[in-house]
Parts: sequence; C-alpha cells; structure tokens
Amino acid sequence: MPYTKTCWRRATLVLVLVALLLVPAAPALAKTEIQFWHAMTGQLNDAVNALVKQFNESQTEYEVKPLQKGNYSETLTAAIAAYRQRQAPHIVQVFEVGTQTMMLSGAVLPVYQLMKEQEIVVDWKDFIAPVVGYYSKDGNLYSMPFNSSTPILYYNKDAFQKAGLDPSKPPQTWKQVEEYSKKLRSSGATKCGFSTGWPSWVQLENMLALHDQPFATKHNGFDGLDAQLLINGELGVKHMAQLAAWQKEGIFSYGGRRGDADPKFLSGECGMYMQSSALIGGFTKGAAFKWGTGQLPSYGAPYKRATSIIGGATLWVMKGKPAAENRGTARFLKFISDTNQQMWWHVTTGYLAISNSAVKNLEAGYHFKKNPDQYTAFAQLTKGTATPNSQGIRLGNFTQIRDVIEAEMENIFAGKKTAKQGLDDAVAKSNELLKEFAAANKQ
Amino acid sequence: MSRTVFRSRWLPYGLVAPQMAVTVLFFFWPALKSLQLSLYRVSPFGDRSTFVGLDNFTKLLADPDYYASVVNSFVFAGGVTVLAVLGALILAGLATQKIRGLTIYRTLLLWPYGIAPAVAGIIFLFIFHPAYGILPYFLSFVTSYEFNWLLKGWVAMTLVIVATAWTHLGYNIAFYIAGLLAIPTSVIEAADVDGAGPIRRFTAVVFPLVSPITFYLVVLNMVFAFFESFGVIDAVTKGGPGQATEIMVYKLYKDGFIGLNLGSSGAQSVILMAMVITLTVLQFRFAEKKVTYR
Amino acid sequence: MSAVNTTQLEGVQARAAAAPRRRLPSGSLLVHALLIACIAVVAFPLYFAFVVSTQDLQEVVQRPPRLLPSTHLLENYVEAWRKADMGVMLLNSAMMAVTVAVGKIAISMLSAFAVVYFTFRGRTLCFWMIFVTLMLPVPVRLMSTYEVVGTLGWLNSYQGLTVPLMASATATFLFRQFYLTIPNEMAEAAQLDGAGPLRFLFQFLLPLSWANIAALFVVLFIFGWNQYLWPLLITNSDAMRTVVIGLEKLIPRSGTDLPTWNLIMAGAMLALLPPVGIIVFMQRWFVKGLVESEK
Repeated sequence: MPYTKTCWRRATLVLVLVALLLVPAAPALAKTEIQFWHAMTGQLNDAVNALVKQFNESQTEYEVKPLQKGNYSETLTAAIAAYRQRQAPHIVQVFEVGTQTMMLSGAVLPVYQLMKEQEIVVDWKDFIAPVVGYYSKDGNLYSMPFNSSTPILYYNKDAFQKAGLDPSKPPQTWKQVEEYSKKLRSSGATKCGFSTGWPSWVQLENMLALHDQPFATKHNGFDGLDAQLLINGELGVKHMAQLAAWQKEGIFSYGGRRGDADPKFLSGECGMYMQSSALIGGFTKGAAFKWGTGQLPSYGAPYKRATSIIGGATLWVMKGKPAAENRGTARFLKFISDTNQQMWWHVTTGYLAISNSAVKNLEAGYHFKKNPDQYTAFAQLTKGTATPNSQGIRLGNFTQIRDVIEAEMENIFAGKKTAKQGLDDAVAKSNELLKEFAAANKQ
Repeated sequence: MSRTVFRSRWLPYGLVAPQMAVTVLFFFWPALKSLQLSLYRVSPFGDRSTFVGLDNFTKLLADPDYYASVVNSFVFAGGVTVLAVLGALILAGLATQKIRGLTIYRTLLLWPYGIAPAVAGIIFLFIFHPAYGILPYFLSFVTSYEFNWLLKGWVAMTLVIVATAWTHLGYNIAFYIAGLLAIPTSVIEAADVDGAGPIRRFTAVVFPLVSPITFYLVVLNMVFAFFESFGVIDAVTKGGPGQATEIMVYKLYKDGFIGLNLGSSGAQSVILMAMVITLTVLQFRFAEKKVTYR
Repeated sequence: MSAVNTTQLEGVQARAAAAPRRRLPSGSLLVHALLIACIAVVAFPLYFAFVVSTQDLQEVVQRPPRLLPSTHLLENYVEAWRKADMGVMLLNSAMMAVTVAVGKIAISMLSAFAVVYFTFRGRTLCFWMIFVTLMLPVPVRLMSTYEVVGTLGWLNSYQGLTVPLMASATATFLFRQFYLTIPNEMAEAAQLDGAGPLRFLFQFLLPLSWANIAALFVVLFIFGWNQYLWPLLITNSDAMRTVVIGLEKLIPRSGTDLPTWNLIMAGAMLALLPPVGIIVFMQRWFVKGLVESEK
C-alpha cells in the first residue's frame, strides 16, 4: 500500500499533538533520581532502605534509589564498570580498603568540595577524630562517613559462668585470654577458647595500631605512595607465632576469612570472639546465650596501648553529574549526617555514631548506660591515646594486600610456614603490589 | 564428493550473518582486546593507561603465585579426569555386562551431570564441613587427623576435585556405554574362548577397543576441569586456604575483577588462550585421522 | 570419530567368527550388587542433601548425624524460596537456559546450512572463524567480553546474559555433520520441484533434524542453566540473578545468622531439580546429543 504525502502529513500531525499532550504531564511526574549503590545485606539492607525512605519522604524534589550490588568488592567493580560506560551511580558505598583507590581515581567528587559547590554548611569538626583522620586529605573530608565500626571482643557469659569465670569481666590482656581459654576448655564449657573474624583487619591491622606499632612506612601510607609494609616486625611475628601455637593447642580455632567464623561463637563452640562491633545487632537477635563485650586484649608492657582503627565503609560521590543532581546528592548526605539520623542509624544497626553531637545526645539519653556493649567500640576508638600509628591505614591495592596477608596467615596457622617466614613473604608480595599501584597512579 | 548446491547471491551471507555477528562481537573483538589489554597498565577507573610492552607477562612469569596456580590447575584437572574417566569406565563396564536394566542403571548414573558444579560444590562443602560435615564426623572414628579444609590445602583440593568429578561421571559413562555397546558380543565371546577371565578380558580386549573414547574423554575432561570450573572454586573455597585451590581461571578473575589489575588479567587471558589453542589443535589433529563420513 | 578402533576390531572379529559359540557365565548377581553399591555411593551426596533439607537447624547440627528424612520439608522449602527470592531466580535461570539453547540451535542451523549447501566467497573463512571459537572459552575472553557487553549497554540485561553464550561452534559442527549425511538426491529433487533453498531447509531438512535438535536442546539447556561465571559478572541486581548464583549468596560469609544449612540444601535441591529432571525424562535425547556433539 503506497503511503501518500497526505497520509504522512496526517501521521505527523497526530504525533505532534500526542507529544504536546504528554509533555506538560512530564515535570509533574519527575522527581530527580539519585542512584545510590551499596553492599549492605540482610537487616542492614532493610536499615538502608528505611533511612533512604526517611529522606525521600522529607522532601519532594529528590528521590534516592538504593540498589544492593553484591558485596563490597562487587559493588566497587560494578561502579567502576558503570563509570567507564558513563553510567555511574551518584553515590557508591566503598569499603575502607578502597579509600586510596578512590582518592587517586580522578572519578570522584570529594565531599567537602561537593558541599562547598552546593553551599551546604556541614560542621566538619563535629565528626569524631578517627573517622575524619581516616578519610581526609589535607584536612578535607573526601567521602561521607556512613557505616563505621571497629573490632571488639565478644564473650559468652553463660560459658564463663560454667567455667567458673566472672561473667562481668572480659579478659583485658592476651595472657588472660589464654588463661580463660584454658579454663573454658577444661571445664567443658566450650570446645575452643576464642576465634576471630577478618583475620588481617582484626589481628594485624588493629593489633598493631592498638600497640602503637606501625603497619607500614610513610606513616601507614598517608604520606606517600612509596610505602612498604612493616608487619613482619617484632610484634607482628610474636603475635602470629602465638596464634599458631594456640591453634595447635586448641585455644585458638581459625574459622576462615571475613565473617566465616561467626558460627563458631554463635554455636557456643568458642567462648570468645573478636569481630566488628557492627555484629552487636545481629548477635542480639541470633545468640541463644547471654553475652557481653570488651575491648580487644593487648600484650601490655613494653607496648603502649593506643586506640584501634576504623573499619566499615563510606559514601563516595561520583564525578560528572549535573549540578542539579549533585544538589540532591548533597542534601541526602547532609541528611544522613544530621544528629537525629546518626542516632537512629546507630541504634538500629550498631554501627558507630560518627558525630560528637550524636554521641553526646546518646549519652544524655542514657543509651549507653542501657546498652553498655554499644559503648565498647566507641571507647576503644576515642578514649585511648591516639598516636600516628593508630590513625588508620591508607594503601593502594589494599584489597589484594589483605588477601595476600590472610593467605600467609593461613599458612602460618596450618603450620606450613613459621610466623617470620609467612610474614616476610606477605611483606615481599605486598610491597610488589604497592609498587605497581604507585606506578599505575603516577601523579 | 560433489554436493548439490543452491544458487543464491545474498542468501548464504544472510544465513551465516547471525553466527558471524556473535562470533566477531563476542569472540574475536574481546580476544583482540585481551591481547591489547595485556600490553598496558590500566588504572582501575580507566582514565590512565600506559603502554608497558611485555611487562605484564614478565611479571607473571616471575611470580611464584602464578606458577602455583598453574600447578593447582593441573592437579585439579588431572584429579578430576582420573577420577571421572576411570570411574566411568568401570561403571560403564559393569552396566554393559549381560544383565537387565541397562537403561535404569544408566539413568541412575547419568543424572549428576545436570547438577551445576557450583551446586555440587556447595553440597560437598557441607559434607566436608569441619564443624557440621558428615565426612569428618565418620572419619573421626577412624583417625584423629583433623580434616579441616579451612587450614589444610590438600583437603580443600580433594573437596573440589571430588565435587567436580561427581558431576562429570555421568557424562563419561554415557560415552563409554555407547562405545561398549558398539563392541559386538562375538568379540567378547572370542576372548572368553581363549580362556580369559573377566578382568583380562577387559584389559586385553575391551580397553584397547575403546581407547579412542578414552582419549577423547581425557582431553575433554581436562579441558573442562581446566577452563570451566570457576564455579566450584568460587562457590566453595574461593581459592583458599592460602592459595591451595587457586586455579588459573580463578586467579584471572581475582586479579581482574577484585584486584582491578586489568593488564595482568589480560596477560593471563592471553596465556590461557595459547594453551587452549594448543590443546584443541592437538586434539583435532589426532581425532581427525579417525573421522569418516559415510 | 568412530567409537571403536576399526582395525583392531576387524582382527578380533575374524577370530571370533572362527570360534564356536558359548554361553557367558552368569556372574550377574555380583555385577548387579556392584552396580547398586556404586550407585548408592554416587547418589549419597544428593540423598544426604535432601535429608538435610527436611530437617530443622537443631537436627542439622546434631551428632551423630541423622540419615533419615525429617518432617520440615515444606517449611524449609517455603522459607528458602522466600528468603532467596527463588521464584525470580528460577525464572531468570529458565529464561537464560531456554534462550541460549534456542538461540544457539537457530543460528547454528542456519550457518551450517549455508556452509554445506552453498558455495560462496568466504565460505572457508567463515568455517575457520567459527572453528576458532572452540578455542576461546569464556574465561579466556572474560574481562574484554565484559567491556564489550558494557559498551553495548547490555550490562545487567537478558541480552548481555544470553547472547555471548550463544555462538560457540559445537552445535554448528553437529548440524554440518548431519547435513553432510543427507543424500544428494533430496536436494536435487527439491531443486527440480522448484523449491528455493529456504523452503528446502524448512520443509525437508528441519523435519529430519528434530532428533538432533531435541538432543541438542537438552544438552544446551543444562549448559545454560548451570552457568556460573558469566552470570556472576554480568548481573549485579537481585532482579537478574540466576538460581545457581543465588544459591552461593545464601551461604552467609559475613553475617550474623548461623548458616542455615537446611535452607541452603533446600535451595540446592530447587536449583538442581529442573536440569536433573530434564536428564531423567529426556535421557534418550540427552545421550544422543552428548555422544554426537563431539568436537
């Protein structure tokens, strides 16, 4: 059927009319969408959704869309892939080990700059020191703190009771850990004394910081890309050798990386457990026994006790978005860092409240008196003596470095290598990774 | 043999176009890109890329972890192949004896092939679990040795080998049954006449006759275990403990996707490509000799 | 490739023809026993997984482990379904498996037809290009295929999930092999009848190929359903996840729930039932498809 000129003209007219009818309807429908990619699962995912809902309902211009993208690694990879295709989200949650990668990437809009451009006033000085220290460069905050935690000690109060130990007194030194473990085992209260999650983060990164020992040169990497690891120093070797010996005796029971060893504590197999403070919420729900928390144990003399390091993740803003959308991003980030939202987030998830005013309010409300376990992490982070070694760690290729370290730790615990050998190998491989990162990111 | 062909100018091009399109887009272009990537050092976000020549390759070849992954790959592939092919031969041999119920037995042995290696891995992960697993539990009655795959590399390797071989058994059995059934019974009976017992009958007569199948299956199983077994490693051990189960494909993925080192990942792809090509060429040249079109 | 070594076979056959016939001794009871024992061993992991999927958490961690099914089947499966959003994942897996199978069969059939029944410039080139794809399994072109798919804007989409899996050459070779066995006379007759090539393909070749197609479909469906690496990379939203990947996500790696192995096993059963079911019911086609799809 041939299409005549009149036919075409009519069709065009109809199309134009339809378009005109639709167009006025458009602005009424559109709220500017802000894409927020994160890695929170389970009840944390629910908490994120609830927090975002609070923001969306508090104003009418912007709608933040949270999207769970897998674990931290997967989320970062997805964000990078999307960025390379010019389809990056506005906000992405990146774990602490990705900080150096993000800072040097040229793909992020630092948070302090965003707020300046959008003329939103944020009281940067209100954030707690450990958090600011970790994520700032030249005194300016690059990413927005979101879910920060630090490792603490959990212990099974019921098991302590059965073993004849005082259930209100967690061990404070490694000597006590050994002593208590032996009592727990000999009384049959538990099968093993203690275990740990995130082996590198807890037993090396935080242990060294707590004892005022450096993790790497150049002020733990803050001062330059040509840093080298120092984990095979005296304390590192001593602690790894100690853990390996305890593994043999059954006092320490290695349970895998990340949180794979959580069941060991939850099932009552081990009486003590060192893991992120963020697990408080989960343990409250899932533990079938009475439990308590304490700060991480230390060796005592000759080491000075300092503070532990921040873990968790922060929110980074991706570059290349129009100013109108950046405004929405800025308002969302301001919203979640406000005192009320801070308090809500802390109470709901167990992650640290990261502003001093939030902490003050929580104290005023006797929150910590009623929930002393939630104060442990905060005390360990802020009430000790901060030193340059406990400010944090900033290294390139840190994900792979942690992987290398944990692989060598497994070799040490299995007795395949001595502590010195394993740590030396870890240092050698990690220094290679650091060199590569420096070369790939020549400033 | 001269075939009848159709005459058409554009039709054949149209017919091969879809396959060609997919082939070029998803095979050749990525393969060339891998080659290109392997010669560069790229920053994770892609904004900086420097030409480094063969640097990525020399780094790999000097890295003991890379050699460990090569060894692991061969150990894994070898273990799976031996277990799956030998087991299949024995089971197929049994099933094709003069007994009833061949189809039933074949079904009962075939179905694990439908299980994804990753899923099989998860099931075996549970069976081998140091705390909940049924296998360490029963073994603890026999020996006090702790079969903890989280610490003992060889236990972890055994776990993934057994899981993968389990899924592949059925596939091999299907081939062997077909091959064994193709041997005329007169041949078996002749061996019998010679006074050979069932075992000798097997080793002296049957086994040589199915050697082409054996060869084919060995290559196929090796290639499969080498290149397609990412699933079981990622779902179960993630390369651990230490690097005991880190096979080449897993290292490629880890360095590229988690470590964001695209240059090294590309170089590893190129090396793997060379290996596959060699293997396939070898296999085809050997097999082509026996191809007959009736 | 012939199934057995022909020269050896002929030699033995000659000797066999010369020998008197004799009945084989019946050790059949022993054979049956051995087979059943082996099958029991092979089936045990699955049986055990099933048993665990019917228990509750207390029974899972009990020592000694219970080997008989318990009573919590329904609640476990419902909980696993709900927790991991199994419905969506099973749908994704089914879509992927069917699309890959059908797509692969379709394009392979067309190109095999072209290669066999036409002479055209570049035929040999096409043939070799297709052949080379046998040598490029997914891991070898992993990062760059990911980039290509990203450039096409197909990340986290059904197209990105299925199309890159479609073009390896095994199916093409199978069709080519099959077409080469079709007698010349058929094509000649069709041409005399005045049928064009497409009519020949759809009216003559296709009906003859159903057996092959069915066999291929079964093999490819299982191949598609059980994919792990590619879906892991390409999909990163819950809505697109396939069941094999989703199962791995059920294993808590950094959570505060006790790993609920009974739910994980229930999930595993749900993940493996469709492909295993297909093998069991379409066994004949499956074996045919396997045995004939030799490279």
